[in-house]
Amino acid sequence: MTLNTIAIQNLLRRKGKAILILVGLVLGIGTVITVISFSDAVTGDINHKLEKYGANILIVPRTENLSLSYGGIQMGGISFDMQELRETDLEAVKHIKNYNNIAAMGPMALGAVRVNERPVMLAGVDFEEARILKPWWKIEGRQPEANAILAGAEAARVLNIAVGDTLEIAGNAVPVSGLLKPTGSQDDQLLFTTLLTAQALLGMPGQVSMVEVAALCAGCPIEEMVRQISEVLPGAKVMAIQQVVKGRMETLAQFKKLSFGVSVIIILIGSLVVLVTMTGSVRERKAEIGVFRAIGFRQRHVMRIILMEATLISIGAGVVGYLASMGATRLALMLFADNPHVTVPWNTALAAGALGMSLVVGVTASIYPALTAARMDPNDALRAL
Amino acid sequence: MGEHLSKHYGRGEAVVSAIENMNFIIESGEFVAIMGESGAGKSTLLSIMGAMNAPSAGTLTVEGIDVYSLGQEQRADFRREFLGFVFQSFHLIAYLTLEENVMLPLATIRMPRRRKRAMAREALASVGLEGKGQRLPHQISGGESERTAIARAIVNQPPIILADEPTGNLDSRTSREVMRLLQRLKNDGTTVVMVTHSLACAGYADRVMQMADGRLEASPKAAAVPSQAA
Repeated sequence: MTLNTIAIQNLLRRKGKAILILVGLVLGIGTVITVISFSDAVTGDINHKLEKYGANILIVPRTENLSLSYGGIQMGGISFDMQELRETDLEAVKHIKNYNNIAAMGPMALGAVRVNERPVMLAGVDFEEARILKPWWKIEGRQPEANAILAGAEAARVLNIAVGDTLEIAGNAVPVSGLLKPTGSQDDQLLFTTLLTAQALLGMPGQVSMVEVAALCAGCPIEEMVRQISEVLPGAKVMAIQQVVKGRMETLAQFKKLSFGVSVIIILIGSLVVLVTMTGSVRERKAEIGVFRAIGFRQRHVMRIILMEATLISIGAGVVGYLASMGATRLALMLFADNPHVTVPWNTALAAGALGMSLVVGVTASIYPALTAARMDPNDALRAL
Repeated sequence: MGEHLSKHYGRGEAVVSAIENMNFIIESGEFVAIMGESGAGKSTLLSIMGAMNAPSAGTLTVEGIDVYSLGQEQRADFRREFLGFVFQSFHLIAYLTLEENVMLPLATIRMPRRRKRAMAREALASVGLEGKGQRLPHQISGGESERTAIARAIVNQPPIILADEPTGNLDSRTSREVMRLLQRLKNDGTTVVMVTHSLACAGYADRVMQMADGRLEASPKAAAVPSQAA
């Protein structure tokens, strides 16, 4: 028989109160963990969706000229004092600290060519990277391989070209393997080919005109990544496409604020449930505590019994709360998430957090009832019977 | 030994005197019954003797220790070491078995679990409850509950047993068994102080402290009380 035995036997043989406190804590902890894991899963899903918006960092050769275009209207010619950006330079980007946050990096070679006596912009791209950078592309025909062309919808209309046609570009016969369905972007005006083909046709081997980068936003400060890329590409101008980046960040911030707010309220409610139930329990056990004190238990002995009970219940609530929250998160995702394939992985850190949070809430909320019990005058406690 | 013990409740004009300037000496190994009408101050006196209710004035000395000069926690230690309580309503802990109830005074003492269990079984056996240690309080009779309470009071062999109406809830046959138990403790050298309304129970004591209105009326064994000593 030790003080721990008393706590354990009380919990085992007076299950009603213990279960009430456990349920209160499980609801609190479970809800917080559900909110966190739901928000994590949805945030991940949103990130995934936001990535479909394409590139959010642009790398262009450094120039001293100001842009003379606005809203698609070009007011001036091409800058000639651009610094050269070479394909090999881009290797350096692989060594930046946040390279893992880069989902795709698509170098482009751009230049004007004449097709059917009309000038048109030819863009050489890496079509594998383009799948991530331009997920909205829909191709009629097939994706071009080397020495083939994918025509933007508007370019195809103006140049009157169809899949299977052969175009003459810079003295080379280049077949049209596919047409791009209208995107509503500048891509509609362009002819696309592989990077290598474009570099050859435009006479700029190894050179790139610009690089589009899609960065994953969760945990990656875009501006910091821009700085890192600028450092390794001193001849380039690196820009964040601010609207997309800010949009992403704001969406994530909203989710986090909501999660935090709900969590604080739930934790407070959970603490109150424990406080009220434990205080009630201590009052009900006045006689028992009076006996403990009468037979020589010190105040700290009584406190230890109450806090041990709170600790055991809190551990149980942490475990049950985490398991329940995993189930609740999966259910919530089924009901509320657009994407049915969003997953909720078992998270050791979150499980440890649930246990820790349960212990902190359960034990902290039990300190006052434990002190009340410990300070109970044995004579009053026994006389009150 | 109690010297000039007084206990007042309330303040100013509303002050109520529960005990007034009480002096007494109880010898080691004595069996003393405290008697008196309801409100005479018996239970107050017992709680003062139990180091649980500080007197308004006077001193209580037990084996040379001025009990109320001790701090609250030291008084808890004093109770554990010197006193065994037998309460009127038994006050067994409902969720503990009889054996665990009896082991309660040992819960804060560092001692092998097996030794504690052996002491509890010995105490239960001494009150005739061997083999019933695994029962819960609601599974036993009133007499068995009282005997369990006595076993709990004696498990750590304190020199003094304080019993508050130990037979108040028992029939006469069970009361006799309990009184014989207390008498046996006395014969083994334990000091027993018992509050009772029953003349029959008081007959088992060496002497009676008769109280009225918070004062001690008679200390010698009352002539009217027939001796029940075996």
